Amino acid sequence: MAMWRNNSIWRYLLPGLLLCLAAVPAPAQTTNTCVECHASLDPPLQVTAEQFATDIHAQKGLTCASCHGGDPTLADMDAMSKKAGFRGKIEKKQIPELCGKCHADGAYMRKYNPSLRTDQLAQYKTSVHGKLLAQGDQKVAVCTDCHGLHGLRPASDTRSQVHPLNVAKTCSKCHADAAYMKDHHIPTDQFAKYTTSVHYKAMTEGGDLSAPTCTTCHGNHGAAPPGVDSVQNVCSNCHVFQSQLYEKSTHKAAFQRSALPGCMVCHGKHDISHPSDANLGTGPKAVCMQCHKPGDVCDQARVKILGSLTQLEEDIHNADKVLAVAEASGMEVSEAKLEQDQARDALTKARVSIHRFQLDPVNQDVQAGMKIAAKNLQAGKEALRERDYRRMGLAAALLSIFLVLAGLRLYIGKIEQQKAR
Amino acid sequence: MSNNDTSPVKPERRRLVEVLLGGGLVASVVSFVYPVLRYLVPPPVADLGGDEVVACKKGDLKPNSAKIFRFGNRPALLLLTAEGEYRALSATCTHLSCTVQYRNDLHQIWCACHNGMYDINGRNVSGPPPRPLEVFQVNLRGDDVVVHRKQGA
Amino acid sequence: MTWWSTGNREPSVKLLQQAYDWLDERLDFKDLIAPLVKKTVPMHGRSYWYFLGGITLFLFGLQVCTGILLLLYYRPSAGEAFESVQYIMTRVQFGWLIRSIHSWAANLMIFTAFAHMFSVLFLKAYRKPRELTWVTGMLLLFLAMGFGFSGYLLPWNTLAFFATKVGTDIAGQVPVIGKWIMIFLRGGEEVTGATLTRFFGFHVALLPGITTVLIGAHIFLVQRFGMSVPPEVEERWKEAPAEASEMKFFPSFFLREMMAWYFALAVLGVLAALLPWELGTKADPFAAAPLGIKPEWYFLFMFQTLKLIPAKVWFVDGELLGILTFGAAGGLWVLLPFFDGVARGRGRRMILGVGIFALAFILAMTVYGYVAK
Repeated sequence: MAMWRNNSIWRYLLPGLLLCLAAVPAPAQTTNTCVECHASLDPPLQVTAEQFATDIHAQKGLTCASCHGGDPTLADMDAMSKKAGFRGKIEKKQIPELCGKCHADGAYMRKYNPSLRTDQLAQYKTSVHGKLLAQGDQKVAVCTDCHGLHGLRPASDTRSQVHPLNVAKTCSKCHADAAYMKDHHIPTDQFAKYTTSVHYKAMTEGGDLSAPTCTTCHGNHGAAPPGVDSVQNVCSNCHVFQSQLYEKSTHKAAFQRSALPGCMVCHGKHDISHPSDANLGTGPKAVCMQCHKPGDVCDQARVKILGSLTQLEEDIHNADKVLAVAEASGMEVSEAKLEQDQARDALTKARVSIHRFQLDPVNQDVQAGMKIAAKNLQAGKEALRERDYRRMGLAAALLSIFLVLAGLRLYIGKIEQQKAR
Repeated sequence: MSNNDTSPVKPERRRLVEVLLGGGLVASVVSFVYPVLRYLVPPPVADLGGDEVVACKKGDLKPNSAKIFRFGNRPALLLLTAEGEYRALSATCTHLSCTVQYRNDLHQIWCACHNGMYDINGRNVSGPPPRPLEVFQVNLRGDDVVVHRKQGA
Repeated sequence: MTWWSTGNREPSVKLLQQAYDWLDERLDFKDLIAPLVKKTVPMHGRSYWYFLGGITLFLFGLQVCTGILLLLYYRPSAGEAFESVQYIMTRVQFGWLIRSIHSWAANLMIFTAFAHMFSVLFLKAYRKPRELTWVTGMLLLFLAMGFGFSGYLLPWNTLAFFATKVGTDIAGQVPVIGKWIMIFLRGGEEVTGATLTRFFGFHVALLPGITTVLIGAHIFLVQRFGMSVPPEVEERWKEAPAEASEMKFFPSFFLREMMAWYFALAVLGVLAALLPWELGTKADPFAAAPLGIKPEWYFLFMFQTLKLIPAKVWFVDGELLGILTFGAAGGLWVLLPFFDGVARGRGRRMILGVGIFALAFILAMTVYGYVAK
């Protein structure tokens, strides 16, 4: 009973009690006295009532004791009773098993959310993080490092650390920290590179939640870099067409022989930018010339492919120009302008056909696109012809009007002269 | 006062005035009336191409095939299912606006750009597309397959 | 004895003479048109301004003709309006010409109507006994702007849709009756296809009906009183009657007026062929309003003024104050001639001052409205 005379008790208990009166009423299916005190503690012991209220586990009726043990119905220190199984702070290496106690139990999870997967722990054990943890490495990610601790939100919540929009930032907390990653001997520039990529832009600027983030290619619970021969599989989940073409191409066999990682060889891995025709060129962005020698068969083919793509782009551009002039002169060319989209689609298709690494598929698409562009150029020229026809008509009408004006002037003069007499 | 022959206006000048005025009047009136007369004749194509379009004729499409046609300002897809039903939908993928196509092997609508899949009712069933394709109404008018926007809100 | 019967023996004129005699034999209208035949137009330094009224009338007639032609193909429903105008511009033979002339002549007509009104103001042609001519003329000016506002929506493009939304929103700000006016104009709470149908009805039936009656009245009054002469010229001619100069309306002034009308046709042809009226994009009621939406130039000065008034002036809402001020100004403007006789010349000087201020204000605000973002 000496503790009643302990000042610190009063220092913590009284404000704690007052806080309870002011606190946001938590879903009070179960009493949870822990928060009453811990809300007024300093971090790392602090768990505010607000955090508790937003926590998905708390919302489902779990309490601090569900993980930490103890008896949440008892007041103050009695709650942390060893008899009731109080564990205190959970060791890092114990966390995956602790979470898995519920989350790997299908029958248990069915009571709360039947559609949630229950293989996370099993997957985690196959991941780089899981394997290193098993070896005793503490500098790895465990469940709470990514999902949060108290105040944990479901992944579908945009404020969750593992919401698709936030995943890359969460991973970068460790993976971009050179000092932290020192002992793991892997690069720490992935996030920096990723933020320059077209996938990142699609997500942040386009709001496209289906755009790939770290976990899309590396997995989430079973996170590991894809192996050299699985890169193509990973990319082909979205980029089906390119993968199908590449599958039949000479490069697939060649890259496999040299244990090269498929798509990554030309497109990069984290800093994947939007490909451009410069990739087919000979400048700094050239990818073909990384391996091929100038003058060899493939180089010649490259030149031809680049040539026909450039030609199609020029044709489309010329047609666009003529149509723009026609439209600016007031002619109606909306149909031809719409058709130009189809020509642009053909150009896109031609650029995809490159993955077959043969001339014919590319040429087929280029020819189709050129036909459309030529038709639209024709339409634009006809519009300009029509415009000139109208202007000639206008000139003729103006001429006749001015004849009338001149005639009227003379006529007026004539009759007024007559009248003057 | 009544005799024109003693008017101070020379005959050639009078002729000039008459020609200018008369000729000019006729020419200018023709230049007004001719366009109006041409205007009054209805053009051969009466279709406005707006909310209602004749996509094709009955029999143009084989079962389990589709074609792209223009609807308003965007491409649309008309497909004839294996069971003989027509479906018309917007052909602009809701992901990044590529033009979709019908896959007669999968009986689904596919977007080649990022492997998006829609069922024949336009619902986005797999891949990146966030929304279904807009569905249009198809009716048969004689031999014409007519597509128009769905009525109602 | 008419001017053309004085010996002119050209066959076409002879035919005209025969037709005239045939009609007169039956209808006996010689005394009816006698005032017209005797009508003269005063000739002085500022006589050129007399053309403006006639040109406005000519442009109105042109609008009726081109409007009727457009009616043959236009469809007044939200689903088809835009496409029907596109159809006229692209598929109908010379549809582009008819439509562009209609749009350009509309703007020209409102311009000449304003110019005509200001010239009447500065030449003081509104003074007694011509007060009613002024009143009917002002009503016609308002009707012309109503034509412009209702017609602008008919192509159902983005600009028109949002301009109509903003315009009817402003109308809704009028105290007490504003909401009802807005609902009446819009055919509902929002601008929808119902608004389009209603504006179409206004544009092709209601407004033309009222305008025809008022034009009839206006022209009758003009003929009744004859052409007005500015007071200074009147004074000068009273002192030196030899200086007074009149030109016969038929044929001299009439032929000159025909020249002006033909010239106007030439201008319209050039505008239609070289600067065709654009189609824009089809209106999407659910899209956001484009930035910097502005009404047509003849409403711009009011719109820009409303934008410049601060949100609150003392305790009164700024926009409301602006609307009420314009309303009051418009009302007083119609009654302008009745202030002319006030206080022995002060009234007239005040009208002149107000007129100069109004013209300068309108010009400045219109330019500002264009230049401002």
